[in-house]
Amino acid sequence: MSDAIFKVTKPGLLTTIQDHGRVGYQQYGIVVSGAMDSFAMNIANFLVGNKSNEAVLEVTVMGPKLAIMGNAVIAICGGNLSPKVNGEKVQMWKSFEVNEGDTLEFGQPLEGARAYISLAGGFDLPFVMGSKSTYLKAGIGGLEGRALEKGDVLYGTGTISGKSGRALHRDKVPTYSKEMEIRVVMGPHHHTFSEEVVQTFLSSTYEVTPKSDRMGFRVEGPKLVHETSADIISEAIPLGGIQVPANGQPIILMADRQTTGGYTRIATVISGDIPYLSQAMPGCKIRFREVSVEEAQEKYENNDRLIRTLEKVSSLR
Amino acid sequence: MKLDYHPLGDTGIQLVFGSEISEETNQKIRMFAEDLNNHPIDGVVEWVPAYTTLTIYYLPNKISYGVLQEKLEAMSEQQHGREAASASLVYIIPTYYGDEGSDLSFVAEHNSMSEDDVINVHANKDYLIYMMGFVPGFPYLGGMPEDIATPRRVDPRAEILPGSVGIAGSQTGIYPLESPGGWQIIGRTPVKLYDPSSEEPILLESGHYLRFVSINKEKYKEIEEAIKRGEYVVQTEEKKVG
Repeated sequence: MSDAIFKVTKPGLLTTIQDHGRVGYQQYGIVVSGAMDSFAMNIANFLVGNKSNEAVLEVTVMGPKLAIMGNAVIAICGGNLSPKVNGEKVQMWKSFEVNEGDTLEFGQPLEGARAYISLAGGFDLPFVMGSKSTYLKAGIGGLEGRALEKGDVLYGTGTISGKSGRALHRDKVPTYSKEMEIRVVMGPHHHTFSEEVVQTFLSSTYEVTPKSDRMGFRVEGPKLVHETSADIISEAIPLGGIQVPANGQPIILMADRQTTGGYTRIATVISGDIPYLSQAMPGCKIRFREVSVEEAQEKYENNDRLIRTLEKVSSLR
Repeated sequence: MKLDYHPLGDTGIQLVFGSEISEETNQKIRMFAEDLNNHPIDGVVEWVPAYTTLTIYYLPNKISYGVLQEKLEAMSEQQHGREAASASLVYIIPTYYGDEGSDLSFVAEHNSMSEDDVINVHANKDYLIYMMGFVPGFPYLGGMPEDIATPRRVDPRAEILPGSVGIAGSQTGIYPLESPGGWQIIGRTPVKLYDPSSEEPILLESGHYLRFVSINKEKYKEIEEAIKRGEYVVQTEEKKVG
């Protein structure tokens, strides 16, 4: 039985449905998409008793205003975009109940850039190629393949009632700084740059520009000059790949990146740092630090262990 | 065969098969992808063949970079001396050339030939699908004769309809979905390369071939209607070697 839960009064800057994205279709040119900050999405889901990959609302910088149409348990995680219910500030990283007639809205972005609203039982929306994620460019997934608009109504599946008052331990709640250190594994094309340029990349500060979106973050800093050409024969490009086009200013590939690309990539951001990086606002300063694949995979294991533990705990209660 | 391996962060590995675009390299990549499909490695999520590389995405909590590389090296050894991957298919793409507003006349003029000549050069030959990408379902095709090569339009179109067949430089391709673009559009196929609502949303696959076959407007309409009724099946034939 699906019930109306949210009616959109104001859509916000960019509010879309996202889950873990479309897996297994990249060889056909299908973009992965999915939540930019997968950590915040996972936690938001656990707090309301969902599976980690249930679709959530991704809210960007200026959040929406939602009229609550039915009683439900929700949680808001990720960047602090000043969520309020009926004008009262609500605690993030903690599940709570909303009731018919309430209003959920967002205010000033205080910390981070993206917040995630989970709904106990998830949203009643169709799967497209195994995912509910919205991919705007091809107009697929989510609600009619587009961002939320005024007047849209979102329905819940009603399969899980959820429990309010569940919170992530304070120690585990991430903080998002305006100065970030982002870990990278070098390559695959770092050898097409001189040793000096590689050092410049690793020792300089790069600023996130306003030309940053779900597809990629354009950062600005000391120019990375190619020894020969910026172009390569097109190949698959990964999440976190750092492209260097001919202008020498890096672009970090994010959730909505194309599947293939033809620019040299100096390094790849480790998957464990993608959620954190996703919270960078324009003006945020980034420094890149080289780590080995082994170190990066150790970090992955630690994150994975935490997620599994939380999943277990949330399914027990 | 000795391959180069590069880590792409902590969740990807890139296998490099060569430094130039060739049918031979493409076949090697195709054979490797086929082996991955037939002998799944636990922890491998998906892979993306490209012109000279095969990129494999995996879960580091299931398999480490080092172990995966060893397994892939072993897989590569076993391929040594093997003939080829299984037979390639040729997808037959019925195409109505030169509809109103198309760039067929421009392409003809640019290459000092008649419109019919352009069609004859473009159609009835097999193009290798080197890779897929750019947008959902877009094939990167190789093998277009230089005789009909034409630079992109000076003023790109704001809207190109799905199924449009175009030329950009010495490349030819088909637009799977509506998008802006600068390609010289010479024809259109009613066949859907991309249908997100379908069980198999993407028609084509890299490593196979594609052949344009010229049809008239009536035939175009007929096929379009059949597709709407769900009664059209894209024809394929086995690629003859040599």
